[in-house]
Amino acid sequence: MFRNVAELVEMAESEGIQISEVMIRQEMEVKEKTREEVVGQMERNLDVMEKAVEDGLKGVKSHSGLTGGDAVLLQEYMKNHEPLSGTILLDAVSKAVATNEVNAAMGTICATPTAGSAGCVPGTLFAVKNKLNPTREQMVRYLFTSGAFGFVVANNASISGAAGGCQAEVGSAAGMAAAAIVEMAGGTPSQSAEAMAITLKNMLGLVCDPVAGLVEVPCVKRNAMGASNAITAADMALAGITSRIPCDEVIDAMYKIGQTMPVALRETAQGGLAATPTGRELEAKVYGISLKKE
Amino acid sequence: MKYKSVFDIMGPVMIGPSSSHTAGAARIGRAARNLFGREPKWAEIHLYGSFARTYKGHGTDVAIVGGLLDYDTHDTRIRDALDTAKQKGMKVRFHEEESHTDHPNTARIRIGDDKGDLELVGISIGGGMAEITELNGFELRLSGSHPAVLLIHNDRYGAIASVTGILARHEINIGHMEVSRKQEGQQALMVIEVDQNIDESILKELERADHILQVAKIVD
Repeated sequence: MFRNVAELVEMAESEGIQISEVMIRQEMEVKEKTREEVVGQMERNLDVMEKAVEDGLKGVKSHSGLTGGDAVLLQEYMKNHEPLSGTILLDAVSKAVATNEVNAAMGTICATPTAGSAGCVPGTLFAVKNKLNPTREQMVRYLFTSGAFGFVVANNASISGAAGGCQAEVGSAAGMAAAAIVEMAGGTPSQSAEAMAITLKNMLGLVCDPVAGLVEVPCVKRNAMGASNAITAADMALAGITSRIPCDEVIDAMYKIGQTMPVALRETAQGGLAATPTGRELEAKVYGISLKKE
Repeated sequence: MKYKSVFDIMGPVMIGPSSSHTAGAARIGRAARNLFGREPKWAEIHLYGSFARTYKGHGTDVAIVGGLLDYDTHDTRIRDALDTAKQKGMKVRFHEEESHTDHPNTARIRIGDDKGDLELVGISIGGGMAEITELNGFELRLSGSHPAVLLIHNDRYGAIASVTGILARHEINIGHMEVSRKQEGQQALMVIEVDQNIDESILKELERADHILQVAKIVD
């Protein structure tokens, strides 16, 4: 069983297999399941993600009214304009937003690794898909590669906003996506690790400060930026750029930053954007009254 | 290693918006339903900490009642759970509690009908995982995501041996087990997490074992 990214990359490269294959084989061994069972379960998750993106692109609105409809705006903008940031990047953004808007509207999603950060992995997948034309099997592999890197983060650091801030949720999700994009684009396992490191480095310190404590503001837009970050970092890694700080050390830095982060900035709706005048106003509107401060 | 499966990371499939406030809450409700063994006629749900403050926005109330109706985290019927409960004549009341609890996401659920009632405390620990920390006054630690059997029994020697003997005969492996009691020599609670769901016939056999008063189960 791999304990860190270095071991994961070493296992893949010494055997000449992909990261996704290392993850599939480990899952079969740990759960005593056949390849068909393991791959089949992930395929069902893929179906859920695809449906969530479709639903979000049709337009949804959350119960609180704080989020919804932005994925549609982006798609309409792309029909009429050549996006400055590029079609694939903005498509990924719209699909990440679509997923998190569906989540906020109590739709069905697959937590990757959490519900609040569920947009980055499927958002990027269904956008780069249009460029790379993967088979369904390769799309399932994308999810195993994401899962392999998330597995390391979850075991060595944290994937919880309450424990480590948004860097642990959207930061991890974006890093997982970056690593998976690299593999699908034909990069090496080492390049996947570099992409993860570059992404996470640029998410370090990101706090979890949801308005009214809801998984909406700023979570939906943070997934948009997580998806953008992932695609940019994947391109950098594929260009041969490496991270001066190795991936495992970046993960460790993220963990330590999370531990020193004030409680007010870890999913308590007490600091950051949640505590701005507008944040408090929105909170009062959602609940009918303002929440008491502790 | 806290996480053992890739599906702990890529999953669960769930109704949004929050793995802790929605999926975890549904699992607490469903554990209560499972342990009660039938659909309750009434429910008194006390919410603490972050649950108490944000439950309406997160659908924590809907999710818990969805769990009481035996819905899984990804069951879309969760969204209409409050209406469904009303139609079925289930009387549900929510109480926003001010007092401080050890865990920020805590719910105390009392459910019942004309034949009996049950009270449990559940916490949602993140990523959709939940734990039951109290059942009818007994302290315990139960994930609710593994099959388990819970037995109220007289606090006498031989009670545990008779239960584990029956499980062994049916080749059921015990993953985790704990025993707690309120007072020596009175009633005690045995919690046994197992690897597979337990058949009704085995539960009946357990009910007849020495010193056993009541048997309930959690299904996967």
